Amino acid sequence: MKRIVYREWRLAPQRYWGLLVILAAIAGLGGLAFAYMEHEGHWVTGMSNQVVWGTPHVFAVFLIVSASGALNVASIGSVFGKYLYKPLARLSGLLAVALLAGGLMVLVLDLGRPDRLVVAMTIYNFRSIFAWNIFLYTGFMAIVIAYLWTMAERKGNPYTKPVGFFAFFWRLMLTTGTGSIFGFLVARQAYDTAVMAPLFVAMSFAFGLAIFMLVLMFAFAQDDRPIGESMLFRLRNLLGTFIGAVLFFVLVYFLTKLYGAKNYDLVSFYLVDGGIYTALFWIGWILIGSLFPLGILFHPELGRSSTWIASACGMVVLGGLSSMYVIIIGGQAYPMQMFPGKTILESGFHDGVGGALAAYAPSVPEVLLGAGGVAVVLLITAVGMRVLQFLPESLADRDVDPHVAAKA
Amino acid sequence: MTMNERKEQVDAGRRKVLGAAVGVASVTAAPGVVLHTLAVAEPRSKPVTDSVRWGMLIDSSKCAEGCDACVTACNKENGLDLQARPEGEDAAKWDRQVAKWIRMVKVQDNLTGYVSRLPMMCQHCELPPCVDVCPTGASFKRADGIVLVDRHICIGCRYCMMACPYKARSFIHEVVKVKLTRAPRGKGCVESCNLCVHRRDNGEASTACADACAAEGQGAILFGDLKDPDSPLMKALAALPSREIRGDLDLNTGVRYTGV
Repeated sequence: MKRIVYREWRLAPQRYWGLLVILAAIAGLGGLAFAYMEHEGHWVTGMSNQVVWGTPHVFAVFLIVSASGALNVASIGSVFGKYLYKPLARLSGLLAVALLAGGLMVLVLDLGRPDRLVVAMTIYNFRSIFAWNIFLYTGFMAIVIAYLWTMAERKGNPYTKPVGFFAFFWRLMLTTGTGSIFGFLVARQAYDTAVMAPLFVAMSFAFGLAIFMLVLMFAFAQDDRPIGESMLFRLRNLLGTFIGAVLFFVLVYFLTKLYGAKNYDLVSFYLVDGGIYTALFWIGWILIGSLFPLGILFHPELGRSSTWIASACGMVVLGGLSSMYVIIIGGQAYPMQMFPGKTILESGFHDGVGGALAAYAPSVPEVLLGAGGVAVVLLITAVGMRVLQFLPESLADRDVDPHVAAKA
Repeated sequence: MTMNERKEQVDAGRRKVLGAAVGVASVTAAPGVVLHTLAVAEPRSKPVTDSVRWGMLIDSSKCAEGCDACVTACNKENGLDLQARPEGEDAAKWDRQVAKWIRMVKVQDNLTGYVSRLPMMCQHCELPPCVDVCPTGASFKRADGIVLVDRHICIGCRYCMMACPYKARSFIHEVVKVKLTRAPRGKGCVESCNLCVHRRDNGEASTACADACAAEGQGAILFGDLKDPDSPLMKALAALPSREIRGDLDLNTGVRYTGV
C-alpha cells in the first residue's frame, strides 16, 4: 500500500471564509438564544414542569451520541486492523471531538444555572449516572486528542493501537452511559429498561457514520480529492448494517415493553395514537431515517451513486433527530403511571387527566441553541481540516486498496 | 523627602480610611450578628439527627370535594403565591411552568368507578430517586428524612424531575422578584415540598397543609414522627390500612395514603 499523504483542506479562500461566516452566524444566533433564555429564564421556552427536557436536549444528546459513533471509523482501522480505514482515522477523531464539544455546549447552556458549571465539575454524587457522564465526556475528549496525537506525530505512532483500543472501549462506555441516563429512570415507563444502553450504542454507530460520510464527501468534493468506490461502498455497507442494528434494538425495545400488560398503552402511544410522536416515529425515524436509506444504500443502481449515498446519510441524520425527539420529548409527554388501574379525573399539576399527553412545542430560542451547537461542530471541523493535516490526499482505489494497487 | 517619609505619609492616609471603613462596617453588621446569634443559638445550633423521621398520613376519605385549603396554605407558607406570570406569557403555558409543591388529584378506579381525591406532593422517600440521580448532590435527604434541594449547588439540570415518580418537583422558570426569607427561591433551580423545613428547625409541631386541613375541619392530613410508636401518626398508621403511591418501586415513602 502507498504511503498515505495528508494535506490541509485546500478550499478556495472565498469559499472557506464564506463557509466560516455562515457557520459563525448560526453559532452566534445560538449564542443570542442562550443569552435570551438565560436572562429571562426558561419560561420563554416550550419546556415546563411536565416536559423538563426539550429541544436543546434533542440536539445535545444527538450530537453526543454521534460523537462516539464518528470515532468508529478510526477504531475499525487501528483496533480491528482494517487498513483501508486508516487514512480516515484522523478526520474521524477530529469529528468525534467536535461533535462532543458541540453537544456538551448545548447541554451546558441549557442548564438553569450555567454559571454554576464549576460546581458540576467539582462536587460529585457518584450514585448519579450524570456525574459519571461528566467524566466519560471529558475523558473521551482527552483520549481522542491523545489518539490524534499518536496518529499525527511520528514519535506517537507505536502507541496508536493501544490508545485506539482504549478510545474504543471508552466510547462504548460513553454511549452506554448516555443511554443509561434514560435507562435508569425507573419512574418513567418509556425509559426504565436496560435496552436503552445498546440502543444508544447502535444509534451512535449509525448517526456518527452518517455524519462522518457527509463531512468526508463534502470536504473531498470541495477541493477535488477522489474517493474510490472501494472506500465509498465499504462505508455504505457499514452504514446499512448499523441502520439495521438500530432497527433490531427498536424491535427489542417494543417487544420488551409489550411483554408487560402495564405497557400496552405506552406501546400504543408510540405506534398508534400518540399524535406527533407516532408520526415522528413512523415517518421520521422508521421511514426517512431507516427504511428509505436502507433502500437507497442497497439498491443496485442508486447504491452506486455518491449523490444518492449522501442523501441516504442526510436521511439518517434527520431520522436521528426524529428518534431523539420521540425518545426524549415523547417519553416525557406520555403521562406518568402514578395510579395504575385508575384514571385521573382532575389534577392541579397536569398529571395526564384522562390520559392526556403533556403539552410541548419547541420554541425558536431552543431550536436556535440546538442549531448553534451543530454550527459549532462544523466550525471546529472546518477550521481543523483547514489548518492541520486531517484529510488524506486521495481515497482513490489505487491509493487505498492493496488489491487494486497490485493489479495496476 | 526620603522614600521612608513618603511611605509613612501614604500609610497615615490609608489608615484613616481603613479605620472609618471598619467603624461603618461594625455599626452596620453588629445588630445583624447579634440578631443572627439570638435566632440560631437554640434549636438550630444542634445538627439534625435521625432520631426522628418526619412523615404523613393522608386520609383520602376525609378529603372534602371542592376544598383546596392545603394547597392555598402551602402556597402562602412557602411564598409560591408570590410568583408572578412574566409579561407576555400565555396563561395556559404559565400554569404548566409555575412552581407547585402540592396539588389536588382526583382519580377513579377503572373497574369499580370508585373516586378518591387526594393531595400529592413530595413523598419524602427513604430511597429517593431524585437524590440518586443528582450529579452534584444538591438533591439530598436530611437525617430526619426530609428530602430537599440545596439551592447553593443545584445547577438546574432537571434530572431529578425526570427521576421523580411523583412529579413532585418544579423548576423556577422565571426571574424571582419577591420571595420569603424562610423559602428562598431563584430562577434556574429546582424545588419541591420540604415538609415546611423551617417549621421543623423552629421546633414547631406541624406543616402548613396539615394545619390548614385541620382548621377546615377535615383533618385528612396527619403529620408526625414515623419513628415514635406513640405519636398520633404512628397510632393512626397502625390502625388503618394504608399504602404508598407507586409501592412497586419500594422507595419506602414518608407520606402514606389511606382510602385510595
